[in-house]
Amino acid sequence: MKLIKKSGLVIFLIGLVIFIGTIFTGSFSLKQSELDVFLKEQNYKSKVIKGALEKAVVTSEKINIFQFSSRVIKAYKTSNNYYDGLIKKYDSEKNWNKKGEQYQYKIFGKPHSLSFTLAKKTGKGLAVSNTTLLWFLTFGLGIIGALMFIVPDVILLGKPGIKNDGIFLNAATNRGWIGWFAFIFLVTFYILLYFYPDIIVNWVYLVDPISMSISGNPASQWFLYGFLYCVVMSVMAVRMYIKYRHNKYQILRTTSVLFFQIVFAFLIPEILVRFEKPWYDFKNAFPLDYDFFFKWNIDELIASGGFGLFILVWGIFLTIVIVPVMVYFFGKRWYCSWVCGCGGLAETLGDPYRQLSSKTLLSWRVERIVIHTVLIFALVMTGFALYTFFYEANQILGIKTQTIQDIYGFLIGAVFAGVIGTGFYPIFGNRVWCRFGCPLAAYLGFVQRFKSRFRITTNGGQCISCGNCSTYCEQGIDVRAYAQKGENIVRSSCVGCGICSAVCPRGVLKLENGPEKGRINPTEILLGNDIDLMKLVNDK
Amino acid sequence: MEHIVIIGNGISGVTAARHIRKNSDKKITIVSSENKYFFSRTALMYVYMGHMEFEHTQPYENWFWKKNNIALKKGYVNTVNLDKNQLEFSNGETLSFDKLILATGSKPNKFGWPGQDLNGVMGMYHKQDLETLEKFAPDHKVCNRAVIVGGGLIGIELAEMLRSRKIPVTFLVREKSFWNGVLPAQESEMINNHIKEHHIDLRLNTNLKEIKSDEFGHVKSVIIEETGEEIYCNVVGLTAGVSPNVDFLNNSGIELGRGIKVNRFLETNISNIYAIGDCAEQQEAIGQRRNIEAVWYTGRMMGETIAQTICNNKTEYKPGHWFNSAKFLDIEYQTYGWVFSERTKKENETYFQWKHPKENICITISYDIISRKFLGINTFGIRMRHEFFDKVLTQKQSVEYVLKHLADANFDPEFYKVYEPEIVEKFNKENNSNIQLKKKSWKRIFSS
Repeated sequence: MKLIKKSGLVIFLIGLVIFIGTIFTGSFSLKQSELDVFLKEQNYKSKVIKGALEKAVVTSEKINIFQFSSRVIKAYKTSNNYYDGLIKKYDSEKNWNKKGEQYQYKIFGKPHSLSFTLAKKTGKGLAVSNTTLLWFLTFGLGIIGALMFIVPDVILLGKPGIKNDGIFLNAATNRGWIGWFAFIFLVTFYILLYFYPDIIVNWVYLVDPISMSISGNPASQWFLYGFLYCVVMSVMAVRMYIKYRHNKYQILRTTSVLFFQIVFAFLIPEILVRFEKPWYDFKNAFPLDYDFFFKWNIDELIASGGFGLFILVWGIFLTIVIVPVMVYFFGKRWYCSWVCGCGGLAETLGDPYRQLSSKTLLSWRVERIVIHTVLIFALVMTGFALYTFFYEANQILGIKTQTIQDIYGFLIGAVFAGVIGTGFYPIFGNRVWCRFGCPLAAYLGFVQRFKSRFRITTNGGQCISCGNCSTYCEQGIDVRAYAQKGENIVRSSCVGCGICSAVCPRGVLKLENGPEKGRINPTEILLGNDIDLMKLVNDK
Repeated sequence: MEHIVIIGNGISGVTAARHIRKNSDKKITIVSSENKYFFSRTALMYVYMGHMEFEHTQPYENWFWKKNNIALKKGYVNTVNLDKNQLEFSNGETLSFDKLILATGSKPNKFGWPGQDLNGVMGMYHKQDLETLEKFAPDHKVCNRAVIVGGGLIGIELAEMLRSRKIPVTFLVREKSFWNGVLPAQESEMINNHIKEHHIDLRLNTNLKEIKSDEFGHVKSVIIEETGEEIYCNVVGLTAGVSPNVDFLNNSGIELGRGIKVNRFLETNISNIYAIGDCAEQQEAIGQRRNIEAVWYTGRMMGETIAQTICNNKTEYKPGHWFNSAKFLDIEYQTYGWVFSERTKKENETYFQWKHPKENICITISYDIISRKFLGINTFGIRMRHEFFDKVLTQKQSVEYVLKHLADANFDPEFYKVYEPEIVEKFNKENNSNIQLKKKSWKRIFSS
């Protein structure tokens, strides 16, 4: 068994190394005819770009993706610089007409995305010609190796029950060197994914056949991400099933997040595209789905007829009615740890890191400030977006809607939710985004705190203050602080993962939905101590 | 301002300090020689097992004490000088008090075994024991085998700790079945089997004769009393119970029995000195409780109570219905009310028992055979609601009532399989009764 586990690790690492190595393979050059087709598709008005791109990438030289990327970006820069020069020139000549004309020649868009689009059309090499083989050597080996590493735990972990032995003695899970490597890998991955997609174009080739079979289109980097997300969640869900096989709540919850990720977040949107409907994840509620009310999205939905309108109505209904009503009955857990994709990744890939979240009062303060700021930011931005949509004005008080949307998309959508939210799992625990950033979590939190039937019940006087609950709370809630006072835990940030209850050695904690009355029960003297004042003191 | 000094920063002393602070602005000093900051002793095992780091065992952040104006003093008290109302520390310092609360806890029992003070022989109680264990048993290469002497709760915890690092363990238990002075046979036997499932070499009916030393004064082996067998080992854990940590009070003038003698108000024979927690010994037992109770929550309750008295609201210590819990390796155990073992139960007490055919899940309900009053319940592998049983015991309900409302009592996580129908069915069969299980009712659970 141990041998299988060790070989699994080796196979996984080989897969990982090949996966990383894939980036450096292949060559990216264009024939004149290919470039012509591309330029025609893009329909650029610039008269310079053609020459610049020809010079850069129409070559018989074998250039790798890094050279390709820098050359293409330089070509676009050359073109834009040329027109910027003209703009400056006409400006100084006060030739306003000529100056105004120049803007149409400029090419907008993120340089690395432009480079990605072009690279995706021209790659040659292993990833393109031997896609299946290379898929097997990367994804395949990764999956097989990981499963070989995980499945022997059925026997190695011993009898069913809480198995947290050695977590703080292991460099992977105690912020040791393995944790830091995982951190660097994840952060790099997200930076490449969000900001340098052209660099990972070879990875995208690997999932092209899968994308073709689902949506009928070649894969984008987002398809790659979605696919990888599902794969990682599935494999790590197997780990959850084994680790918590004595705990039905955990097993059902894991199955649920996995289902919603694969079916709702991955398959349905891609199938919609196949039927020429807008890509939409039916469970992704605003304001987590922050661009739902952006003008381009509403325009697109309206343009796609009855179905688009249905999505529009559904999205609004989801946020305004379904979400709060469900939180009233079940707590925010129904979304955060049963449905949500971010939660799903946190509860599978992130589970080994849950003990790393900070429990200090200071981090609770920071958490409240940051998460509510993000919520306000999202709401203000949406206000701008709606104003822009209804009044066709692209700015309010001199602030451009687009600028706000770009800032949010960059800071919150990419850096916070992606790079920090997931990349920091091995350092700050697995719910960094959910705890500090997610505006939907903040909204659900208000409902859960002030109007809900959900609570974690503390079982009278049984708590022995051991602290397992607090240690394993991914949201950094000091569960023990409540339990040792005999007080129910009613906190806006609780995502109801149920692990505090699972790790409690004394059966003190139970997640449940009950009457609102008596839900919040501050106590001075715990159950079991019959000092005469008990009632008096507690009622005070 | 009145100066309240508390010796001992375990759960009793710290609870007392917190509650005194809630109710007054008296000057409070907590003295401890073990660790400056309060930590949860019950969690030490999880530090060794790698479930937690030591800082996780501290329920309050370090700023808490200053913010609440509770002074912490690290030092070892040699004597209490009653004439001067002051403590005298081992380093010669002194500290005056107006009122003194003794909350010095327990120390592991040693029964005069030859070799009991060798290197590598330890209890599992103090933070220092954890450090010793980390030194002598960091892994199974340094420690080829450990022998644990004494089959109680700490013994089985120590066995679990050592097994988490794959160290072979021999577990010597004097009784013919694990903890059978407390547990009914059905449960005690289940735990015996579970211990063996965890590859612990359980030796029942076995006593320690002596511990042998190697040439460096380190434990080499133990000799078994009954057979003379020599078991080679590197660590010996002595876990044959604990007793009050009161030796420093000998000849102080404070009345001692096994512990510090207190009345129902937790007062000692000296007017401004009180004792709480494990070290306190009730002059007369409270109900069926023992005079000395080394239990987490009784320490806490005494702390809650004494704080009232200190803050001019003289209050009697009245622990309510007995309850407790523990975890035997993977099996959770809870108890509410009194369930005595076959060895100790009285004639009027009888059991209703149910056990899962395969899993380690079982219950024992004890009730009065004549009045059918419910006396207590032990559950293994099923969590129960404290509030429910506290109410049932106060209302002196019948065993039938408890079975009928078993669904209200269940505290297992959602979606867990429930066994109430099987349990009630078995009861009906054995008693020729026709109890119908009621559906869980929030209304009943919350009514008082």
